[in-house]
Amino acid sequence: MVNRHVIGAHYGLRDWLMQRVTAVIMVAYTVALVLLLLSIPSDFDGWKALFSETWVRIFTQVTLLALFLHVWVGIRDVWMDYVKPVGLRLTLHVFTIVWLVACFMYSVKVVWGL
Amino acid sequence: MTTETIQFRVYRYNPEKDNKPYMQDIAVEIDSTDRKLLDALVKLKVKDETLSFRRSCREGVCGSDAMNINGKNGLACLTDVRDLKQPIELRPLPGLPVIRDLIVDMTQFFKQYHSIKPYVVNNSPAPERERLQSPEDRKELDGLYECILCACCSTSCPSFWWNPDKFVGPAGLLAAYRFIADTRDEATNERLDNLEDPYRLFRCHTIMNCVDVCPKGLNPTRAIGKIKDLMVKRAV
Repeated sequence: MVNRHVIGAHYGLRDWLMQRVTAVIMVAYTVALVLLLLSIPSDFDGWKALFSETWVRIFTQVTLLALFLHVWVGIRDVWMDYVKPVGLRLTLHVFTIVWLVACFMYSVKVVWGL
Repeated sequence: MTTETIQFRVYRYNPEKDNKPYMQDIAVEIDSTDRKLLDALVKLKVKDETLSFRRSCREGVCGSDAMNINGKNGLACLTDVRDLKQPIELRPLPGLPVIRDLIVDMTQFFKQYHSIKPYVVNNSPAPERERLQSPEDRKELDGLYECILCACCSTSCPSFWWNPDKFVGPAGLLAAYRFIADTRDEATNERLDNLEDPYRLFRCHTIMNCVDVCPKGLNPTRAIGKIKDLMVKRAV
């Protein structure tokens, strides 16, 4: 194979936009969580009551999904910047995806108490 | 005429003689009429004629004498020498191969510039006289056309340091938006296609080093943001 210098992958906008949108979701959740925690009795029963609300669980789960998607773009960018060998970079991309999918599945177990 | 001594620490490298680069401590006398760093450098060159640097117009138009001045990229001809902390540390622009002393090889920089097709693309039959623009449309180009391609911005950008072969860089992207914003240009879609790439455009993480150093006071980050806006507009 000739060693041509190839660029122009025709993607990137979706990832960039996703990182912005997920950031907004995380900010909204952080503010909401602080307000909620201030408004409940700060003991085990207060926390338990708060997180037994379905909407709180859904909001938490959506935020965690947003976090994992946000992390995917961020970590991928770090690999793209600093890791030059393509094979190693692809391996790291795959490892990151597998790791984040595992984190997501575990977060489902934690949030929904399965 | 009163004279003043200025202390310098200058990056020296002559690949024909030196095994590796070194910093040279050197002082030079300047007159009260010497105001800019370039004036002092010209005096320095008289003192040590082996010192090499580029300069041409000496008034911030040609962009030849861009260098790293006390850790920050700038034009020697626009920088007041008396405002600088001594010893004034001069290095070549970071991230580009050094040819000799303060002279860098700008091939990669111009390759990226040419990759965005820096000219108006218009295949419509030419009118009898020029292609007209309204004053409002012309105004869109202000803050874009003034770029002198000195490379201060791109060589202060870490994304350009890590991927100079793939990331267009702030100077190239500013020029790209200059032609996207031009109402006489008909290749907007092709230009956006050309830039929609995780490396070419999206290596910009908006750290704004480019804005900080631009000797012409331009804002490449804003231009990059406008390119992204247009991409969102056509995709969403």
